[in-house]
Amino acid sequence: MERSIGRGMCRALPEFTSKMLSFSAWLDTRTQRPYANREPRQQSRGDDVPQILMKGIRKSFGEVSVLHGVDLELRAGNTLALVGENGAGKSTLIKVLAGVYPDYGGEIELDGKPLRMDSPRTSENAGVAVIFQELSLVPPMTVAENIFLGREPFGRLRLVNRGKMAAEAERLLGELGIHISPEKPVELLSMAERQMVEIAKALSRKVRFLIMDEPTSTLPEEDVERLFTLMDKLRVSGVGLLYVSHKLEEIYRVADRITVLRDGALVGTATPQELPPAMMIKWMVGREIDQFLPKHQGVPGEPVLSVRNMRLHDPVADRYLVDDVSFTVKAGEIVGLAGLRGAGNNEVLGAIFGRYGNRASGALEICGRAVAISAPRAALEAGIAYLSNDRKEAGIVPPMSVLHNMTLGSLKALTRPVILTRRREMEAGRELYEQLSVRAPSIDTPVENLSGGNQQKALLGRWLMRKPRVLLLDEPTRGIDVGAKAEIYRLMNELAEQGLGIVFTSTELQELLALSDRILVMHRGKLSRELSREEATQENVTEAAMQVSTTG
Amino acid sequence: MKEGSAEKERNALAARVKSWTDRYRGVLALVAVVLLGCIFSPENYRSDWPLFLTLDTQLDVLFEYSEVGILATGMTLVILTGGIDLSVGSVLGMSATLFSLMVVAYGLPVAVALPAAVLAGAVAGCLCGGLIAKTKMQPFVATLAMMAAARGMAKLISGGIKVQPGAREWYAVQSGTPAFFETMTSALPGIPVQPVTLLFVFTLVFMWLVVKYTRFGRHLYAIGGSEEAARLSGIRIGLTKVAAYGLCGLFAGLAGVCNASRMTLGDPEAGSTYELDAIAAVVIGGTSLMGGRGNMLLTLLGTLIIGYINKILSLNAVPEHYRLLAKGAIIVAAVLIQQKRRD
Ligand SMILES: Nc1ncnc2c1ncn2[C@@H]1O[C@H](COP(=O)(O)OP(=O)(O)OP(=O)(O)O)[C@@H](O)[C@H]1O
Ligand SMILES: [Mg+2]
Repeated sequence: MERSIGRGMCRALPEFTSKMLSFSAWLDTRTQRPYANREPRQQSRGDDVPQILMKGIRKSFGEVSVLHGVDLELRAGNTLALVGENGAGKSTLIKVLAGVYPDYGGEIELDGKPLRMDSPRTSENAGVAVIFQELSLVPPMTVAENIFLGREPFGRLRLVNRGKMAAEAERLLGELGIHISPEKPVELLSMAERQMVEIAKALSRKVRFLIMDEPTSTLPEEDVERLFTLMDKLRVSGVGLLYVSHKLEEIYRVADRITVLRDGALVGTATPQELPPAMMIKWMVGREIDQFLPKHQGVPGEPVLSVRNMRLHDPVADRYLVDDVSFTVKAGEIVGLAGLRGAGNNEVLGAIFGRYGNRASGALEICGRAVAISAPRAALEAGIAYLSNDRKEAGIVPPMSVLHNMTLGSLKALTRPVILTRRREMEAGRELYEQLSVRAPSIDTPVENLSGGNQQKALLGRWLMRKPRVLLLDEPTRGIDVGAKAEIYRLMNELAEQGLGIVFTSTELQELLALSDRILVMHRGKLSRELSREEATQENVTEAAMQVSTTG
Repeated sequence: MKEGSAEKERNALAARVKSWTDRYRGVLALVAVVLLGCIFSPENYRSDWPLFLTLDTQLDVLFEYSEVGILATGMTLVILTGGIDLSVGSVLGMSATLFSLMVVAYGLPVAVALPAAVLAGAVAGCLCGGLIAKTKMQPFVATLAMMAAARGMAKLISGGIKVQPGAREWYAVQSGTPAFFETMTSALPGIPVQPVTLLFVFTLVFMWLVVKYTRFGRHLYAIGGSEEAARLSGIRIGLTKVAAYGLCGLFAGLAGVCNASRMTLGDPEAGSTYELDAIAAVVIGGTSLMGGRGNMLLTLLGTLIIGYINKILSLNAVPEHYRLLAKGAIIVAAVLIQQKRRD
């Protein structure tokens, strides 16, 4: 963390460190419980025989070598967690296994016999199903059509048997415990629902190995539970699982073995017992890092953002996704928005930013000045910046370079008078690029070639470059590795101390609890409770989010 | 990994060669086409020099393809946003007719007629852009409608005939060719280049700079790359689209003036299927129809490639039907090559 942004802050506030919760210590306590409760492992036949063996896997893109000699084993009835920093090569390794990159080096064996993964077909035939980091559903098609894409059940005259398809899809989704109409177009689903559809799609054929690249990064906690139950069921039935995540707590809950990658090379494989969190982090990052969740201590100033009677109408379901929400954020304050899936906390942020146009209504004041919530452009000019949570659809501009993606929100300030020069863009972008430690072959690489976490960092850079007064962050640490997460926490704290008002959401309750000065809990579109930092405990937030307590 | 080091080196070299050829694939294709041209070129009757390589032939290609080139320049803007403009051929016809009508029939000075014709094109483009931006109509559909409407307009104003001196007894100019038509298409004093050719080259280079170095250019890429991301970054999607289609129409208007000058008349049927040539030039160059990838220099390459191929085929007196077949094959080949590059 040499270039760490928060360094100055930490030095300035030494007494602070003592109050900091040690992240690894916290993790250790958190992870003990699931262990103790764990059912004794059912011994599957092939538990000791690697069913898929990857040996010395290499892959490069042009001149950039991304994987240099990685080994990995998958076993039946066994869950392997694959971990590493952003850009370590996890997704690339998975894509090799999925047959997406036929030009890999090294060997792959299936049940002891060599197998060249030269196409997605080969991989499918070997019983491998992959859920990629960036979901790959066809938005205008229905849930059922997506699940059976390319393998539609035929009826008479070789026509697609829609009834059968829908029934089958319904059954699959039912097994997952999710109730989505199979006839609903995927574009109308939330991210979490799409994720479930993707899993249903993978399970709709006979799978021996289920590979999931960061399946939980988009899922709220209650769905994560459901996914884990399902994974456990699959594991017991003898499916080999490979699972990627940056959430350490989850890794210790599900993994039988952990494989750690660093910079495209294998660091090692170990069981969770052999590899406590602190050590795993060291394996990933290559050095010890301060893993704490710091709490900043600023005195809140004047209100910078005040939201009155915000409503957001959903014309499809004809209901309010956000229903009469009012709150105020002061300068130097970090406010967390909590809520279960569909509670509307993510939508509040988009609505403030004017993302939904005239579907949203309400009054907005920025630094005491009334602002119309008409369009993102107006919000930006008023000093609001907004990081959306759908990075792929509404965040990155895939073919543009990292630099151009970062400057996209600040082009006006960079043109003088008509010309946009590279020098000026570089001046603006370089520093943030380094501060955020974006890992890419170069700042001119198309952002689509970056790993997911690094794309997220580039996007953060885009919004920070605008020097906003109000920062709306919808799941800012989505898909970001432990080191960079700590970096983003520090950054948020530092920005708050500089007087920004920050509102954010997260799928991780711990993150909300640790960072927020105040937590606003939402339930079915309404604000159900406001909790000060002292009141905010896991129980209180969960209770308010589920509305278990009777509110009359 | 000791055994792998020699192999690694070899791989690195191969990767470097591959990335180089990838980047300059368009140039390589152009070189290949020129070589083909030399091989298959009939020899000049006065020397042994291949006819294809004479300056005259080269300038001819530029001259003949300057209209398509100007159209392709505008088309590139639209395609970068992920759209398409099918109306440019018709708009060219409309503008050519309007221009000739003003100059030949009404005897208006060129200083009035030229801006008016170009403006008419721009208005047609803006209409398309407005329709697409406001009603979220598919660009294909909106410009298809304009394709029909502009052709209709050309026929309406001309009364369905070719507008040339003496075509109707009430025309102001009854004989000869207006001087402007002559100057546009004859070589400039001192250099053997026609103003039309210069206009094409100038337009393209100017727009190349605009796309590369202005905010407008960047907005085109952003919209084509991800419209929602662009909107959330504060880019005015509607306005940018109207500007892109407007400019595309404006260039179609300009190409119409060139066409009238070259033909020395205003043909309401002029420019039919030119939109396809323009799209082909952009695509052959390597700009993606999905939007967000490509640039103006690639369009120059694409225009030259189809220009050369046509020239080679006509120098060898290949009949029209084979020429069209060859063009089809080349478009497919070019696009296949581009797709290869992307994975
Ligand atoms: N198509 C590509 N072209 C060039 N480089 C690429 C391409 N795809 C990935 N890379 C590079 O390969 C490296 C590894 O990427 P990968 O997506 O495998 O990382 P990851 O471990 O999955 O990270 P994350 O946790 O952020 O998802 C990155 O540095 C990335 O920039
Ligand atoms: Mg990844």
